[in-house]
Order: sequence, then structure tokens, then C-alpha cells
Amino acid sequence: MNRKQKKMLRRIIISAALLILANLLPLPLWARTVVYAAAYLVIGWDILRKAGLGIVNRQVFDENFLMAVATVGAIALAVYEGSGDYNEAVAVMLFYQIGELFQNIAVGKSRRSISALMDIRPDYANIEQDGALVQVDPDEVEVGTVIVVQPGERIPIDGVVTEGVSTVNTAALTGESLPRDVAAGDEVISGCINLSGLIKVQTTRAFGESTVSKILELVENSSSRKSQPENFISKFARIYTPAVCYSALALAVLPPVIRLLMGIPADFGTWLYRALTFLVISCPCALVISIPLSFFAGIGGASKEGILIKGSNYLETLSQVKTVVFDKTGTITRGVFEVSGIHHAAVDEDRVIEYAAHAECASSHPISQSLRRHYGKEPDRSRVSDIEEISGRGVMATVDGVRVAAGNDKLMEQLGVEYTPCHSVGTVIHVALDGTYAGHILISDVEKDDVREALTALRKAGVEKTVMLTGDSDSAARQIAERVGIDEYHSQLLPGDKVAMVEAMLNAMRGGKLAFVGDGINDAPVLSRADIGIAMGVLGSDAAIEAADVVLMDDKPMKIAKAIAISRKCLRIVYENIVFALAVKFSCLVLGALGLAGMWAAIFADVGVMVLAVLNAMRALNTKNL
Amino acid sequence: MKKTYKIDVDCANCANLMEQAAKKTAGVKDAVVSFMSLKMTVEFEEGAEPAAVMKDVLKACRKVEPDCEIFM
Repeated sequence: MNRKQKKMLRRIIISAALLILANLLPLPLWARTVVYAAAYLVIGWDILRKAGLGIVNRQVFDENFLMAVATVGAIALAVYEGSGDYNEAVAVMLFYQIGELFQNIAVGKSRRSISALMDIRPDYANIEQDGALVQVDPDEVEVGTVIVVQPGERIPIDGVVTEGVSTVNTAALTGESLPRDVAAGDEVISGCINLSGLIKVQTTRAFGESTVSKILELVENSSSRKSQPENFISKFARIYTPAVCYSALALAVLPPVIRLLMGIPADFGTWLYRALTFLVISCPCALVISIPLSFFAGIGGASKEGILIKGSNYLETLSQVKTVVFDKTGTITRGVFEVSGIHHAAVDEDRVIEYAAHAECASSHPISQSLRRHYGKEPDRSRVSDIEEISGRGVMATVDGVRVAAGNDKLMEQLGVEYTPCHSVGTVIHVALDGTYAGHILISDVEKDDVREALTALRKAGVEKTVMLTGDSDSAARQIAERVGIDEYHSQLLPGDKVAMVEAMLNAMRGGKLAFVGDGINDAPVLSRADIGIAMGVLGSDAAIEAADVVLMDDKPMKIAKAIAISRKCLRIVYENIVFALAVKFSCLVLGALGLAGMWAAIFADVGVMVLAVLNAMRALNTKNL
Repeated sequence: MKKTYKIDVDCANCANLMEQAAKKTAGVKDAVVSFMSLKMTVEFEEGAEPAAVMKDVLKACRKVEPDCEIFM
């Protein structure tokens, strides 16, 4: 509790004690009146003051004014009726303030717990100066400076490790709990925590351009983009309060007048009391507080999972997504080439790979790298001689005295070797040993492990159609689409065609929203054209962070379904709160008008709804079981 | 030009009222108040002097919510 809240708590306690005294002590009427007045003023003086200021500033419909009118009215009624019972006025003010205090504490708490999730701002960077470590403001570190990161510290600026070996925890950025090993030459991103060893990092960006600053900026600005429910509530609040006030006025005046006209006693007191009850329920607080709080919590919960959502409006759009369009490379497939099969091998498959990897040992081409990766060992160059590269065809070399030829169809034709063509998709490397065909190796971009599960999860989250866009040939696209279970695919697309394709789908859609998922490379136009652009695996890619509306920090396709599930849950909470708060308020208005609910019930309903709505809103923070 | 200011205000509805008041101030093109992050983002009109405009914004906000604060 902060100072302001503690002060309010003291006022509440004093006022409540006075109220109890007034009821329990056998005081003469005048003394009891004084105690009541003290209790009322202790708890309500600031409201009366603000109400007065409101009148001066012509802000009559603010809640302070209404609370003041309601309680002063109740006191006036008690005086008029000569009951000497001012409990109601004091209690209403008391509960109102308790409610406000609770709201204050709850909001402060959620604000803190959500900002704690995003507490990745590094406070300092260590620089070595004359053999001693000096802590400096990360903002002042120039690009290219070598900074020292000790175990347990947060890496303040993006850079490349120059010295040291360690493991880093990227959980704050990606939600991935498994630590990553780094050594000299590896890139590290700011915001990660250095776990085990001391490392020296040469910075590659300024602090303001670093990942951590970009992310903080994105998250901090997210609440300025408001969603429809938020706009609805602020509009509604503007109408609701005056409407309730005018109804209160009508309730105080019309029924007595009608009764007079009908010849029955007017009963002004009763109707005035009912009108005052109206004023107590006139504050739209529960709604006004719980809706933005739900969105704030939803965005906070998502960022805990490594899903950054740029605004409540995007959270809302995300919840309505019915079609998800994937750009194949980097989302469904890894975007890296790997050996996916060895076919028609005349000798042992491992031997084929071993010969090929050795033949290609001098090349740095991605294909030869994937061969070496699959071989699993560093090729022994002493076993290789007479390497001859044939540009555009392949390579020939002598390995262990065997003349190895590894290359494409053309190489085999050039050598006059009879080969078996491959029907699968990808890059084919035929291998011939001493002029005899020994089979071929298929290298292709492989799917991510959990694509199938991710697509199932998407369907479970309410997505009706999944589409894959790719520049690959039709047969390649069909194979992948069938294997992972995607509904629809479009192949042989140029980057420009993807925009046109997405536009066509947008036009053809009836209801629901379209999300486009890309890896942030070359797809910025499509990301911004779709209803919602999701960029994945983009740590360090600025263009994608700028263009996308939702940024997935790691490259797991499962996170898309999770993001949608989080948004659905958040929006459900928002609508629950809207319906619940409105229903309770309106039923209180009706019961109050009929005289079935008094001011006590009204204030309980008002504070109670708010408390429940705030608690419900905080559920959006919990993303565990989605 | 857009600038973001830290604010202090106690109730959510008051934050809405502050937003309305700021929007209506001369020199302000658009204003967004986020009660959750306690921030006011103001987009100024072409050629407006932020410091002078913000003084008026604060005055307008004080009118709707006497207890509010904008840190400039």
C-alpha cells in the first residue's frame, strides 16, 4: 500500500469506529448527531470538496458530485423525517471509499505484476577501464565497444561474444525455459540473462536499437491502441451517467406528481429516497476499470509466453481469426536444408554420405554444409585428394583411393553414368563411385517438429481454414501440405503474388479475420496487408518487428494457436465483465425504482460488481492451461 | 509530433475524462490516455509548441479531475 492508500485506510477505520460508537453509546440526540457528522466528514470531505470544484468547473455528472448529492440527500431526508438515524448516509460513503480503495490496490497490484513480467530493462553495462570494471549507462555505450557480462547479469546490448563460454537464459524474451549455450563468435541478444560464465561481448547495436529496447517500446505503447470494447465503454460511460441522473430526477418528480393528480398522497420522501438510490449506482466504474485491465492482463500474459501483441485492438482481431495463412519457409519449414533421405543406395547408406561429405569437404555451400551435418563428423581432409569442382554440376574427388563424383543430373550425364531420377522434392545429389552409380541423397527444407500438432491446436482454437503460400513447385507444395495436414496451398508464387493472394482471400471472406504468419524475411508487405500480421522467430529482425502486429519471439508454430487461445480467453472475460456489470447495475436500477432495494443494497452491488470484475479481469493474466 | 507523458490519476473514469479534455485542447490533434500504464500520449498539431500546449492540457485536465497530475 502506498502513502495515499494508507491514509485512506486510516480514514475508513476512524469513520467506521465513529459510526459504531454512534450506534452503541447511549448518547443524547445532539451528541449522537455530532458523532455522525464527524464520521461523515472524516470519510467524505474530499468527495464533498471535489463535488464543489465540479460545480465550479461545470462538471456536474462526475461521480463525486453524485455521491455527494446522494448522501447529502439521505441526510436531508433523515432530518426532514426527524429520525436522527444517519447510518445510511455515512455507510454509503464508507462503502464507496472502501470500494475505491480496493480498486486502487487491485489495479496497483496488477500494474506491478504485469510490469514485473516485462522487467527486462537492463540498468547498466560493464566496461573494462584500466583493468577495472566500470558500470555505465547502457545508453552511452557506443557500437563496437566490448562490454563484460558477469554470471547472473542481464545482457544489456545486442552483440557478438568475443571471449568466454556460458549459457544464457532467454526465457524473458522467448518464454523458452531451456538455456542456450554461447561461445566466442555467437550472437547474443539483449534481455537474456547470462547464467554460468563471464563473457565479453562486442556490441553490434546502440542500446536504443537493441532488441530489449525495441521490445519494451512495443509493450509500453501497446495500451495506447484501444480495442472496440474499450472505445465502447468510454462512450457508454459518457452516456450512462447523465442518463441515470436524469432518470433519478424523473423518478423523484414524476411519480409524486402523478399520484397527486390521481388524488393519492404524493409521498415525496419515498420517491426522493429511490431517486437517491439511483445516484449511488450511477458510477460506471466497474466497467471502466475492468475492460482495460482485462486487455492489459491479456497482453501481459501473452508476453510472458514470448508473444508480443502490439495493442488491445490486435488482441481483439486475433480472437476473431478464422483463416490462418502461412508463408511456408520459416514458419512451416525451418528454412534450413537438411538431408531428408538417401535413395537407391548401392552400398551402405552411411558410406554414401561419408563419400559425399568428404568429396564436398572443401566447399562452403549450404548443401555441403548439410551433408557434413548429416555425416556428424568433421571430414578428414587427409583422405581426400584431387578435388575438382565442376561449376553448376557438382564435385569430383578421390577419397580413400576411390574416385567419387557427387552432383546433379547433368554431372551424371557428363560422366556417362546411368542414374535413377528422384521423384521427391528438393535438391538431389547423385553419387557415383569409380564410375558406378551408388544412389542419391535428397536434401530438402524440413518441416518443424510440431507443425502437425500446431495445426490441430489451431483448429481447436477455432480456426476454420489454414492456407500455405510458397514459391515451390506444385508437387513440392502438395507433398508438404499433405504431410502436415494443411487445408489449402498455393504454389509457384513470387513474393508480389503473395500480397495479391492474401488480398483475394480477404475479399472472399465472410466474417472472421485473416492472419498471415511469416518469418519476417521479405514478407513485410503481406504482414501489413493481412487483418493481422504475425511474425515469428524474429529476435533481432527489426523490419519484422515493425511490420507485424503480433511478434512471436521464438519460431514454434504452436505459439500461434496459443496466441489465439489467449486472445479468445481475454475477450471472453471482457464480454463476461460487460454483461455481468450491466446486468447487475440495471437490475439494481429496477429494484431501486420499485423500492425493493435501498441505498445499502445499491452500494453493495456497486462495490461488489467492481471487485468481482477486477478479479475476473486478472484471470486473463493466467495463460498456463491454454 | 507525438509525445508521451507519465501521469497520475486515481480512477479509470477520471482517466477517460482527462482524455476527452486533452483531445479538446487547442493544439492537440489526438490524445490517448492509458489508465493501466498511467501514460498520456499526445499528438500535437503542426507547428504547435508542446510545452505551451501541455500547460493548457494540464489546466483542462485539472478541471475534470482536480487531483490529476501530468509529469512534464
